[in-house]
Amino acid sequence: MNGASRFSIVGGRLIDPGNDIDRLADVHVADGRIVAIGAPPTNFRAEQTHDASGKVVCPGLIDLCARLREPGAEQKGTIASETQAAAASGITTLCVQPDTNPVIDTPADAELIRRRAKQVASARVLSVGALTLNLDGEQLTEMAALMDAGCVALSDGGVPIDNTRVIRRVMEYAATFDILCMLHPMDSNLRDGGCAHEGAVSTRLGLPGIPEAAETVAVARNLALAAHTGSRLHLRGLSCATAAVMLRRARHDRVRVSADVAAHQLFLTEMDIDGFDSSCHVIPPLRTVADREGLRNAVAVGAITAISSDHQPHEGDAKLLPFPETEPGISSLETLLPLTLKLVDEGVLELAPALACLTSGPADILGLGAGRLHVGSVADICVFDPNTNWRLNVDDMLSKSHSTPFLGWEFRGQVQQTFFEGRLTFERKR
Amino acid sequence: MEAFGNTRLQLRDNGRLRHFLTLDGIGRELLTEILDNAESFTGVSERTVKKVPLLRGKVIANLFFENSTRTRTTFELAAKRLSADVLNLNIDASATSKGESLLDTLRNLEAMHCDMFVVRHASSGAAHFIARHAAPHVSVINAGDGRHAHPTQAMLDMFTIRRHKGDFSQLRVAIVGDILHSRVARSQILALNILRAGELRIIAPRTLIPAEARNLGVHVYHDMDKGLNGVDVIIMLRLQRERMRGARLPSEHEFFQRYGLTEQRLRLARPDAIVMHPGPINRGVELDSHVADGAQSVILQQVGFGIAVRMAVMSMALGPGPAP
Repeated sequence: MNGASRFSIVGGRLIDPGNDIDRLADVHVADGRIVAIGAPPTNFRAEQTHDASGKVVCPGLIDLCARLREPGAEQKGTIASETQAAAASGITTLCVQPDTNPVIDTPADAELIRRRAKQVASARVLSVGALTLNLDGEQLTEMAALMDAGCVALSDGGVPIDNTRVIRRVMEYAATFDILCMLHPMDSNLRDGGCAHEGAVSTRLGLPGIPEAAETVAVARNLALAAHTGSRLHLRGLSCATAAVMLRRARHDRVRVSADVAAHQLFLTEMDIDGFDSSCHVIPPLRTVADREGLRNAVAVGAITAISSDHQPHEGDAKLLPFPETEPGISSLETLLPLTLKLVDEGVLELAPALACLTSGPADILGLGAGRLHVGSVADICVFDPNTNWRLNVDDMLSKSHSTPFLGWEFRGQVQQTFFEGRLTFERKR
Repeated sequence: MEAFGNTRLQLRDNGRLRHFLTLDGIGRELLTEILDNAESFTGVSERTVKKVPLLRGKVIANLFFENSTRTRTTFELAAKRLSADVLNLNIDASATSKGESLLDTLRNLEAMHCDMFVVRHASSGAAHFIARHAAPHVSVINAGDGRHAHPTQAMLDMFTIRRHKGDFSQLRVAIVGDILHSRVARSQILALNILRAGELRIIAPRTLIPAEARNLGVHVYHDMDKGLNGVDVIIMLRLQRERMRGARLPSEHEFFQRYGLTEQRLRLARPDAIVMHPGPINRGVELDSHVADGAQSVILQQVGFGIAVRMAVMSMALGPGPAP
């Protein structure tokens, strides 16, 4: 799929939350960039015109956390397969975590992914590098060099750094170069091998629990150290309401902290693992209804400014085991926008602020200035029909992994076209 | 919701038992039927020919992914007394990590025309997983999965209680010790609630009580003396040594001081109270030797009843119709 290099998307409802725009307007693109919004520039001759009447035209979605599994676990997913799934879901930018094999802990690793993505990807793949070598939680990586190699942030890659002294130094050193530290708030000692929220359901099923405190203790520690060091902190994937309250308080106190939440955390709860459903085995775990409401509220009031997919593809066998032995994580690129639109249907958010959580919100966390559609910006564009009703079927999924608890769910709103750098990377067949 | 899912998984369309994975979702009538059938099987063990031909020609595989000679032996005896052929497979956890997946193991056994898997596994949910993936003709009996369930143990405990106390509705039952890690306790609590026991108490320090334990339908006590006051049945749980390493308890000594069942504490219960324990006992940790061997202890009877209860469950899941 490619298409014309000069084209217009006409008749659509342009929603560009980062620029506070929500009106009917045409978008004109030439050579991968937006050249005009509204009337075409003089002498602009579109080689192709895409009719977007009745559709929403918005910036291509930015996903703060997705595993593509390449290099190292290509049986689960590849850069090619997963970015195709992303394109079909309106996503044009994906941030990959450093827990690949090898770990993204040197500039060469970041360069490898950049090159591979350039060859095969249907979306922009941005590396989040490792904070410590091999994610060992001890030895710092060459952080500044990783950033020079194109990393957008550095992270613990979901392997929590337990040593508070190391966390402090990591943040201090990162602050020297104004590097964003992306931390998954989880205290390993409190997790203690748990695989489900410590609560009524894990008690009944006899599953080792992960207490809420495993998250809140880590959040408190990270917030205290962010305040102490003045570094930029991003809390990756909150799961409990108390953590969201702590986040709001810290933001009020002008700690430089942002946070995202995985879309599934806004819909599922501990009840969904009942019957040992391994498709709901995620880390951090699904928690209580009150936690889900607290997280929704934090998104609604703008404390959490990004919704991510937390896409973690797996081969089928990884989920074909007794629950505690299955690998956590779900295939979730293809439900990122649909679930976010469901939040709108359920009255949690208006459409524009909901889309902000998928565009300007994550872009601003990364300090990219992307996720917007104005003259001169890169033509990453998502066109979706807000009124199409559809059902998630396994046969329609493009990700290599089909492990999702949302199979069979009904959604409203479906991506029609995705443009990445002005290239048509997805178009829905009628 | 779980109960409904379990009902569909465990019962056949006609309401008869297909698998026996958990007591969650099983009705009082069916539990009572298991107890009644077990009652009729107790006679078999006392005959000179300790066999009935109910499951002749059936093949039962004991799949023990976690070692347990005692439990495996009672299942084996139960199966043999029903005239079934028995395969014992002790599957070291390392064997499956050698490459053969759990499902491959199952498919192989199904190809050998096994009719029933008796499964013990260290992971909660393992029996559910196996039942969900087993061929339609195979029944699965949970012989203990992680911390989740051990339904035949709970049923033999119910059998023991019924033998001694008859009606459940007036009974006060206390379960003492490591509730958190105990699949036996979880299944006992479900069984006692299904059979509508009068009052159900759990007694332990907070480090051994699971989160939201009250949701299980129990009263939580941390003071052993208060908890034992006026009870009819005392169920002591086994305390694993590793609980001391996990910072759950300071020492066996302190545990015994606060939660051990001594003759003196036993006097707080009703004079005719019975003392139970799923075994093996740690004397001087969970209970005093005098209590373990005393007149109120029914611990050894439990073992014997275990065979009858397992015969009942196996024959109901595999057999053609009602027990003899």
